Amino acid sequence: MGGLPAGKVEPAEHDYADWERRVDALMIILSGGKGGRKLMTVDELRKNIEALPPDAYDRMGYYERWVTSITQIMIQRGVITTDELGRKMAEIDKRG
Amino acid sequence: MKDNGSYQPYSYFQLMEVSLRELLVEKGIVTETQVAEEVAAMRMRTPAIGAKVVARAWVDDSYKQKLLENGSRACEELGIEVAALKLVVVENTPSTHNVVVCTLCSCYPRMLLGIPPEWYKSRSYRSRTVSEPRAVLAEFGLRIDENMKIRVHDSTADMRYLVLPMRPAGTDGWNEERLAAVVTRDCMIGVAVPKSS
Repeated sequence: MGGLPAGKVEPAEHDYADWERRVDALMIILSGGKGGRKLMTVDELRKNIEALPPDAYDRMGYYERWVTSITQIMIQRGVITTDELGRKMAEIDKRG
Repeated sequence: MKDNGSYQPYSYFQLMEVSLRELLVEKGIVTETQVAEEVAAMRMRTPAIGAKVVARAWVDDSYKQKLLENGSRACEELGIEVAALKLVVVENTPSTHNVVVCTLCSCYPRMLLGIPPEWYKSRSYRSRTVSEPRAVLAEFGLRIDENMKIRVHDSTADMRYLVLPMRPAGTDGWNEERLAAVVTRDCMIGVAVPKSS
C-alpha cells in the first residue's frame, strides 16, 4: 500500500486489551521466543494476513488479523485441526 | 483473566484467541505461564528504553558513533536485547529530517519503543508517508522547512529503524536522565522533535 492515496492520519492511541497482548505474546512464543518451539515465521504471519480479502482486511482490527493469521498457520502446519478449533470455540462460547 | 464484574460476551476474535491458546496449552506447545510472562515483559518495553539510548548518544560522542555504525551492538552495550534484528539508527541534522514507516505491515523497533501506536499501523500513515511525508508530518503538527531534506525509512521484518533526534537548544548541562525525559516515542519515529520545555 506504500504510495497509494489515503486519508488523513489520525494520531489515534489506544491501550491494548489483555487478549490483544496475549495474541502478541503467542506470536513471540510460537516464533521461538521465550523458550518456545519455533512453529512459525514472521513471513508466514504476513502471508496469511495478506491473503485476507481486502474488505475483511479493512474491517478487522490489527490483532484480529494477527489471531486469524496465527490460527491459520497452526492449521496449515498441522499443529491444530479446524475440527478441534471449531469444537473448542463452541465449547468456550457456551462456557462464556 | 476476564474483567471482574461486568460480563461481556467474547467477540469472535477474542473467542478465537482463547480457543487457540487453550488448544496450544492442551497440546503442550505453550504454557499459560509463558504467555503471562511475555505479556508482563511487553508492558516493561516502553519508549523510555529508546530515550535512554538517545540521551546517552547526546552526551557521549563516541557512543553516538557506535550507535550510528551498529545500532544493535550499541544497544546491547546498554544491556538492551535486540535479538537477531538489525537496528539502524538514523541521525537528524540541521539539513536532514528522518521519519520511519513500515509500508508492508507494522515493523517497529519494539525492543526500544514497545508496541507501535495505532496510527503507525494505519492505512493512511503507511500509504502516504512515502509519497507525501511533509503533509503527513504537518498532520502531526510538525512543519519541516522546505530547504530541509526528508528521508523516509521503510522498515522490514529484519531491519528496524530508530531516529536519533537533534538535541534541543537550551539543554546545556542537563544530565542523561533529564535529557531522556524530553525524548518521546514520536521523536524516535520522526513525527515529532524534542523540545527543552
